[in-house]
Amino acid sequence: MLWWAPFLLFQLQPTLDISEKNPHTTAADIEQGKRLYMGRCAGCHGPTGDGGKGANLAVPSLPRAGEDRALYRIIRYGIPDTEMPASLMDTLELWQTAAFVRTLGKVTATPITGNTKNGEQVFRTKGNCLNCHALGNEGGRIGPPLNGIGARRSAAHLKAKIANPSSDVPADFRLVQLTNRAGKSFRGIRLNEDTYSIQIRDFSANSHSFWKDDITNITSENKTNMPAYKDSLTDAELNDLAAFLAAEKRAQ
Amino acid sequence: MRLAAVALLILPLAAQVTHQRLLNADKEPGNWLTYSGNFAGHRFSPLKQITDQNVAKLQPAWVYQSNSLQKFETTPLVADGVMYVTEAPSHVTALDTRTGRTLWRYRRTMPDDVRVCCGQVNRGVAILGDMVYVGTVDAHLVALDAKTGAVRWDVVVADNKTGHSITVAPLAVKDKIIIGIAGGEYGIRGFLDAYDAKTGNRAWRFWTVPAAGDPEAKTWAGTSYERGSAATWVTGAYDPETNLLYWGTGNPGPDWNGEVRAGDNLYSDCLIALDVDTGKLKWHFQFTPHDVHDWDATEVPVLINADFRGQPRKLLLFPNRNAFYYVLDRTTGQFLLGKPYAKQTWAKGLDDSGRPIRLPGTFPTVEGTPVWPSVAGANNWYSPSYSPDSKFLYVATRESGSVYYFGKADFRLGEQYNGGGFRSIPGEEPWGAIRAFRPTTGDVAWEYKLYSPPYSGVLSTAGNLVFGATSEGQIFALNANTGKLLWRFQGGGTVRSNPMSYMSDGKQYVAMTMGNSLYVFHIQ
Repeated sequence: MLWWAPFLLFQLQPTLDISEKNPHTTAADIEQGKRLYMGRCAGCHGPTGDGGKGANLAVPSLPRAGEDRALYRIIRYGIPDTEMPASLMDTLELWQTAAFVRTLGKVTATPITGNTKNGEQVFRTKGNCLNCHALGNEGGRIGPPLNGIGARRSAAHLKAKIANPSSDVPADFRLVQLTNRAGKSFRGIRLNEDTYSIQIRDFSANSHSFWKDDITNITSENKTNMPAYKDSLTDAELNDLAAFLAAEKRAQ
Repeated sequence: MRLAAVALLILPLAAQVTHQRLLNADKEPGNWLTYSGNFAGHRFSPLKQITDQNVAKLQPAWVYQSNSLQKFETTPLVADGVMYVTEAPSHVTALDTRTGRTLWRYRRTMPDDVRVCCGQVNRGVAILGDMVYVGTVDAHLVALDAKTGAVRWDVVVADNKTGHSITVAPLAVKDKIIIGIAGGEYGIRGFLDAYDAKTGNRAWRFWTVPAAGDPEAKTWAGTSYERGSAATWVTGAYDPETNLLYWGTGNPGPDWNGEVRAGDNLYSDCLIALDVDTGKLKWHFQFTPHDVHDWDATEVPVLINADFRGQPRKLLLFPNRNAFYYVLDRTTGQFLLGKPYAKQTWAKGLDDSGRPIRLPGTFPTVEGTPVWPSVAGANNWYSPSYSPDSKFLYVATRESGSVYYFGKADFRLGEQYNGGGFRSIPGEEPWGAIRAFRPTTGDVAWEYKLYSPPYSGVLSTAGNLVFGATSEGQIFALNANTGKLLWRFQGGGTVRSNPMSYMSDGKQYVAMTMGNSLYVFHIQ
């Protein structure tokens, strides 16, 4: 089951009277907002808001939430078809959380000075990133697509994750290895799974479907297949690559 | 014989369901006359054309596609050749049991501002006499002509603008229609109602939270009972011998902030036993005093008579959302047995009176507290099943935890009143199982593992079968004695309902909604 599935059990009614500007932005509100954020949001957005499973919030303007009211709505109702769930917080708590989220954008992110042109070169050649990731109409489907990644992750975050990929793999990109009764092994990204069957996509983008009765062994590797680029790229190349991706702002 | 057959052929498709028929529902297994199949909450079908020997040949006979894309939680009722289903938000559709074709439909226009926590759902109708009864999301109770779907009466049960709604299937007992209320996430004052089946006049109301001056008010800090919730949103059971109605009550409001309502919070998270004629409370048993995890005791109570530690007793079985399995004496409410039946981390156990011994550090916090079971619990509204053949109680069990948050709880009429929230436990891979319990000990006889926690109930049959379903869209049949998988079918959508069985033209069918469709299976 997807981790956010329980939220489907609770749905919130839209309320109409949300003020345009955040009415709760005192130091005490921000302090309480921080506590709420650390409990409920930091798991995905990171304690400093520079992203993770969730979007990068440590940016001067949030693409989906320029206005306070839009930010309030996103925290309260979530974003459909994404992993951002609705929240059952009280009105005041929602505003306090929003007030703290705004402070994340005011913190100067660790600057990454890289050359985006060189970065693209690394992306296409030495890094071989398109082998797994899609960008525009190019690339593979083994890893998450990177369209608009710069709007969701900071350069510093990207650099760190490219150097040392996270073990926190999105549920749609879980790596599994399995062996069928004929003794043949398969390895790939889990596309779907239930009590009776499992579907995977191998590294040549071929889909395979198995009845579990026909499988002798399934191992789900809760870690990424992405190599740690700290070993193969120089620090300058990592900076360039991070700068290139941070500048990637097209719509997803 | 021939005369009877001819009579059967020309009999019009219409119900005339007396209380006597409901009392003896087990004796006419071709029909499914009440939510759980019988008053005792068994969800057992005595039909045995479909058995462990031939179930592998089960296939769809017909499919009815709902006009709504909301959750389809209905248990169909079948009476005399007609199937009655409810669809979101509160429509009723009568279908011909042989062909799946629609006979009539009652459509209700819903106001824009109905308040429901978890979707505009409905779990089914009740039948009595020549009428079909439905509770509506805007908190009315409506009586329809069983032949035509025409409205006979429509009464307001509560004001939907204050967070009241109805999702529960009513229960028809004697000359009354029993109907519960939903709204546990809106700080309502909960109740259970009975209406005169003929006129729609209210016969009685039992308040599940007290008013000022009631002795139970002492179990709530200050006047917090005014927003105490304790909704009654799942159909209960009835025992004609004790003349008691057995009904579960929901969480206290607000869900996760217990600080504003110190005390045991009666009658939240209780089993209440009411005299069906008067609505007077005979006894109650509270499973989770001062609940702070949203563990409604709105599961279906199962009534059986059995020897308990050598004594023949009238028992009530209750696998609770809080992950403890309970056995009560249903005449007196005496606690007889309680033990965990799924992973739980909140209580050391139960004391001699059945009261939980809580572990420290399990209350929700602003930062989040991981606790098992999850907010959806080890069991939920969907039905268990008891087979008088195997003598097992079957429960679709959920193995999962939640991170529970404490939050502010400012009450505003008609808005959600939660005082916190929840999320899943990072890295946890929740799972589930159909478990067969020996009812008087709570021991597990067998278990059938599921990839993820189920949100659908089970049916057992005299064909030595247990039917259940998965969150990934499969319905399956298991050997009732061993748990061995015998048949399965992919219905194409998450299953959030309960299976049932009936007969049409002398053939047995099994029906269950899956995704947004109702599937009806048979052996050709």
